[in-house]
Amino acid sequence: MTQSGTPISAADVAKVARLARLDIDEAHVVHFTEQLAKVIGHFSDIDALDLSGVGPMTQPFPLVNVLREDVEQPCLDTDEVLAAAPAADQRRFRVPPIIGLDD
Amino acid sequence: MTTIPTTASGIATAIAAQQITAREVIDSYLAQIEARDTEINAFNLVTADAARAQADAIDADIAAGRPVGPLAGVPVAIKDNLCTHGVETTCSSKILEGWKPPYDATVVSRLRDAGAIMVGKTNLDEFAMGSSTENSAFGPTRNPLDTSRVPGGSSGGSAAAVAAGFAPVSLGSDTGGSIRQPAAMCGVVGVKPTYGLVSRYGLCAYASSLDQIGPFATTVADAALITEAIAGHDAMDSTSIPQSSPSLVASVTQGVAGMRIGRVTDLPAGAEPEVIARLNEAFAALEAAGATIVDITLPSLSYALTAYYLIAPAEASSNLARYDGVRYGLRVNAVDTNAMYGATRAAGFGDEVKRRIMLGTYALSAGYYDAYYGKALKVRRLIAQDFERAYEQVDAILTPTSPVVAFKFGEKVDDPMAMYLCDIYTIPTNLAGHPAMSVPFGTGAHDLPVGIQVLAPALGEQAMFRVGGALENAAGGTK
Repeated sequence: MTQSGTPISAADVAKVARLARLDIDEAHVVHFTEQLAKVIGHFSDIDALDLSGVGPMTQPFPLVNVLREDVEQPCLDTDEVLAAAPAADQRRFRVPPIIGLDD
Repeated sequence: MTTIPTTASGIATAIAAQQITAREVIDSYLAQIEARDTEINAFNLVTADAARAQADAIDADIAAGRPVGPLAGVPVAIKDNLCTHGVETTCSSKILEGWKPPYDATVVSRLRDAGAIMVGKTNLDEFAMGSSTENSAFGPTRNPLDTSRVPGGSSGGSAAAVAAGFAPVSLGSDTGGSIRQPAAMCGVVGVKPTYGLVSRYGLCAYASSLDQIGPFATTVADAALITEAIAGHDAMDSTSIPQSSPSLVASVTQGVAGMRIGRVTDLPAGAEPEVIARLNEAFAALEAAGATIVDITLPSLSYALTAYYLIAPAEASSNLARYDGVRYGLRVNAVDTNAMYGATRAAGFGDEVKRRIMLGTYALSAGYYDAYYGKALKVRRLIAQDFERAYEQVDAILTPTSPVVAFKFGEKVDDPMAMYLCDIYTIPTNLAGHPAMSVPFGTGAHDLPVGIQVLAPALGEQAMFRVGGALENAAGGTK
């Protein structure tokens, strides 16, 4: 298993930025790599803990699925929602082509 | 000239008794904002016209003998990550600049239904990520007590608004200390309720398993009053605890006789000596008021920072995926959707938001998930178990709120790790989901305020407010 606190490389940061859909230029990749390496370096403190037999905790209190009665209720006003969109067309959100033009 | 009360309860009482009008109150607070907010920058937006219209409507209701809400005429400032219908909500981010939500957050509608009047939307670290309010796309907020210093964060605008007398009470959100830490640095009261006690519907999500909304106030009683007004089950938030709002104001004056207060003997180091001195005085004051001080240990506490800075960014990387230029906010046009996402998010988010999104994406990525996110969730369990054991012996725990008093602008902003350490005492409660509050208790370095943090078990708000009230009494005596 990978140890916490493994230094993060500029290539890792560039990859993570791509995964997170953040366009970041090379100079910023270097800057962010230095800062993130320092933070991730701190994370190695938990390697000292014995976590065998400890269950993960994702929420403060156990969650159960919450379902409401299947009855019609008022919802957001479509025109108001679309008015806040960067672009709308025929009562839909308008976006650039989904299929990449560059590959 | 009528004197305007400085507390929410005083204002509500005076307006209901027709000693003053809601309009006089709102004009007085708006005048204070007008006079000083250019310097402080607590507000992203001041809603003066709507506030005056609402005040006039309340006055008309009172004059006509119609019933009004329990907070009728009380001015309130709202953190700008809480949705307000038709009123710009930015999260202090370029990516949401100009966005007018199509609905109100539950806390906003509850306060309005109670008669409270919104005076504006307050500044914050972008998407509530930060401890100084320096990470706002619209410029930092200044600490009203010393304008060369930060107000703390991320709810720095809401804390500064109350400290500067721009509103008697305000709302913030607290994911790792974002209500309590700025409350401590601005010398006001700040409360993070139990996770699930207050609906998160309409709060722009940062880390959903940690986020909680709560009040700032100048008195512990006002903080209890506002917590009562916003708490209680909401069907719009599936993590909302299915129970009605607890009675809290009465607890404030009940005293601490017979209560057991925990002193953490293995508290993580790093607090300024004056902060530790005030903490020791707080224990002495509670003991003098009839409480018993019990030494406890919380051995996993020092690992909370690591757990938090893995879990919160992981959740943030998922929550902030919604800002993609499609449905609201900024869009930078590009040849295809993928290029549009990358360009929009690069232009719209500030550096700290980008850092946390990348950190979270890294912690969740293949090959690192078990080493980082998976481990952090187990550490979170250890911390919760530490608290469970402690609360078998004590009713509440005292710690410092912030290890340091308000610091100078620029001191930590380019050193994320130094900034993160400001939250070392506040983060553990968020991981456990418990309530906590900060109460002003004397001063530290540079005569700046020190906040003492009261922690209590889940739904232990009544015990927390008893201790908070006793600390406030004792602090009043030492000044």
